[in-house]
Order: sequence, then C-alpha cells, then structure tokens
Amino acid sequence: MSDVFIVGAGIHPFGRHDTRSGLDQGVVAVREALADAGLSWPDMQFAFGGSSASGNADALLPRMGLTGVQFVNVANGCATGGSAMLSGYWAIKSGEFDIGVAIGFDKHPRGAFNPDPEQWGLPKWYGETGLMLTTQFFGMKIQRYMHLHGISPRTLALVAEKAFANGALAPHAWRRQPVDADTILQAETVNDPLTKYMFCSPSEGAVALILASEKRARAMGRADVRIRGAAVRTRPEGSFEVFAPSLRLERGGSATALAAKAAFEMAGLGPEDIDVAQLQDTESGAEIMHMAENGFCADGDQERLIQDGETRLGGRMPVNTDGGCLACGEPVAASGLRQVYENVVQLRGTAGARQVEGARVGYSQVYGAPGLSAVAILGRA
Amino acid sequence: MAQVAVADDLISFSAEGPRLIGGRCTRTGAYAFPFPTGPLAEGFERVELGRTGTLWSFTVQRFAPKPPFIGAQDNFTPYAVGYVELPGEIIVETRIKTDSFAGLKIGMPMRITLDAIARTPGGDDIVTYAFEPA
Repeated sequence: MSDVFIVGAGIHPFGRHDTRSGLDQGVVAVREALADAGLSWPDMQFAFGGSSASGNADALLPRMGLTGVQFVNVANGCATGGSAMLSGYWAIKSGEFDIGVAIGFDKHPRGAFNPDPEQWGLPKWYGETGLMLTTQFFGMKIQRYMHLHGISPRTLALVAEKAFANGALAPHAWRRQPVDADTILQAETVNDPLTKYMFCSPSEGAVALILASEKRARAMGRADVRIRGAAVRTRPEGSFEVFAPSLRLERGGSATALAAKAAFEMAGLGPEDIDVAQLQDTESGAEIMHMAENGFCADGDQERLIQDGETRLGGRMPVNTDGGCLACGEPVAASGLRQVYENVVQLRGTAGARQVEGARVGYSQVYGAPGLSAVAILGRA
Repeated sequence: MAQVAVADDLISFSAEGPRLIGGRCTRTGAYAFPFPTGPLAEGFERVELGRTGTLWSFTVQRFAPKPPFIGAQDNFTPYAVGYVELPGEIIVETRIKTDSFAGLKIGMPMRITLDAIARTPGGDDIVTYAFEPA
C-alpha cells in the first residue's frame, strides 16, 4: 500500500463560456494539470473522469492522445468529481498503479435543474405537481434548521457576502464582485428564506488532478500534498435529503456526517486539526449546516462564529476561500474537484491574496442529490 | 366541470373529504408515502393517512418550475410547499394552500385539502393533494 500524493492540479475557470464546450474545458484543465506536474499524457496509467451534462468524459481521449490508457467514466451525482478522485486514490493505494489523473468537467443550461422523476425512481406526479426542485429542499432544510437552532437571516447573508469577497480574490471564480450583506438580504427571494444571492447557479468549468504514489511523487520532487483521508457516503435512514416525498418520524444522521467521520478516522485527525475548509455551499444555509455536520461546531454555534468573522479569511477557520459554489457556480462533475484544487493551492502556499497563512491541513466536502457526500482531507507533507 | 386526480393510487375520495393513500409495513409497522410500487409493495398494506398534522418546514416556490411541472408557466403564481408531520405516522411533502405566506409558521396545525393545478384538454381540473392551515 502506498500513500497518495497530488502532484499536479489544473482548472478551467468556472462561469459561463459560450464559445467553449464542456469537453474542451476539460482538455484545458488536463493540460494545465499535466504542465503543473511536468508530465505528459502518455505518462498517465489511468484516468477516472466524469461529466453529468457534457457527454462522455472519455471523449477526452482522442483530444489528449490515444495511448490505450485505462479510462473509466464515473457517474455519481453531485459527488462525481469526488468519486473520480477517490477511484484514483484507491487505484494507487492498492499498489496497482503509480500515476494517473482524475477529471471532472461540466456545462449546464441556465436556470434550475429539471430532473425526470422516473430516473430518480420517483412517481411522475411528484414532478408534475411542482415538488421536485432542489431549491425547495434547500429552502426547507435551512428554514427548519433556523427554527431549531436560532440562525438569523443576516447570518445567511454574511455567508454569501464572504463568498463574493473571497471570489473576488480567486482567478478561477465566476462572480468576482463583492456584494454587501444588506443588498443580499433585500434581493428578490427565490425559495424562502433564501434570496437570489444566497443560491449558487449551475455553471461551467473543469478540474483535473494528477495523483501519484509516494515513490513516484518523491522521484518527481513533488511529494508536498498528501491525501490523508477520502470517503464517499450515501444517506442513512432518517436523514433529510433532496427529492423526498416523505420522511420518517424518527430523525437520523446524514451522509455528510458519515463521510466526515470516515475521512477523519482515515486521517487520524479531528476537526480541530483543520486549517482551511471547503464546504458544500449550494446555498448559504448549506454552508452553515455543513459546518456542524462535518463536526466543526455544534448546531447553533454558527450564528456567533459567522457574526464574529471566524470563517472569513483571517478568521480562526476560513471556509470556502475561493468563494465556494456561491461565487464559482456549480458544474456538477467539476465542483467537488474544485474544492480539492483550492486546498492544493492553499497547502502549497500559492493562493496569493486569499492565502491562509501556514495552512497545513485542508478539508473539503461536496454534497448533493440524491443524498451523498464526499470528503477529502489533504495534508502538507 | 369534473375533477381528475393527478395520479391513481395517491388520494382517496369520500364524502368526508380526501385522504392520502400510504402504506404500513406488515412486519415493522413503519409508514410509507406514497404507497410503494413494485417488489416493495408486497410488504405493505394500504392505509389512509391522517387528515391533520403540524407544519414541519416550508418554503415558497417563487419561480415557475420547468417541465415535468404541469402548472401554468406564463402568469405563474407562487405557491408554498412544505412538510406536514402526521402524528404517529409519517412526515409528508405537500403543496400548501394559503393566502398568507407570511402567516406560515413551523408547528402550526394543518389539514388536508385539494388543489387544482392545471386543466385537461377537455376543461376538467387536475387536482393534487395539499394541506392548509387548520
């Protein structure tokens, strides 16, 4: 068994790119990752790639080179990118391979997603009657959380304000103009209690990460960012998830809590050891709830932590240092890999104006439909 | 004009009013909604769920959903949705009929009703279940 290192990272900026396909954005990200690692495509022993709306990820092959490389297409909902990385992690950890790449790219139409109920194993009426919208779920989850744990609408706005402030400092972010909390609070409501600035939008982008065994990473002189823990988990009984026509009376945990626990155990670390965190912020409330679900605070403590600026750059534990989904948008298959990319940059100390001083351990968590979560913990060697 | 239900096996109609058709596991007693289909249906008996409960959470749908939504896309009217806890049974997701979005509060009593969301080509109302403040 080998430890696994991230030896190359590439990103195609997130946002809207009308003249460039999702696939071509993937090409740009892979090239950048290879250049970052000082490698070329024929060096890749495997590739795990995913795209949810831009066709088959292995359409990259004729564009990168028909080297005969083992390419596996990955489809795992909102954790597609995280699952591609996890697959590469296992491939190297097992000793079967020394080096390979995990890729995610996407390009979504504008506006909210409109899923087909039958593809989700749900009755047609659920979509026909206007209940099958992800945005409704997010509104209802944070509405109840605010009621139970005393979170104020202003705290929701402060999360979005921070996202746009951080996005302004990240070259790969989409929304790079700061927006103040009052403007965010007074903007039109999309799904109560969330206004339009509190929701991320489907967008476009691509990320590629080159993974290597410890031996290979050392030979390259690139053994600086190690994957300390990585896990994907699905929803347990009693969790509250998107697209649920009913819920049991007995309430339970969450996919995120399970994935966090597994990744922390693998890493031999706890929440107190994390210097910088990228947490799924599909909307402002998600970031707040995920702070607790990942173990960084108790339910309700977010009100004070966020009001005190603890999650801002310069705070005790900066969250979503590149502006997260709120500032980058959400190209589904690339989004989780963007979080890992941001942690690689932070741990290398090359994040520029958004650098978290002395960051040695980075945490990322992507969550999405139909109720799964992928966590990765990176450590500076 | 007649009313047609948006789906079979979803709502039961009687003189006392509509009720949701759910399932109860014959082994554990756990409730399910909607009534399970396929191989899962074997372990469940059909039950009519309670008419009243309390509001568990809610939001307001303020933009017109894309298809497969069958309600009006043009002249879209926002509607509330939520979860209603039916005591001793299950928490169901539902449209909420109300004149006052601002009046919705978690924990408030709710009762079942019907909501016409579209029309058939023949002019009949297509109805689904909804809950309203009791």
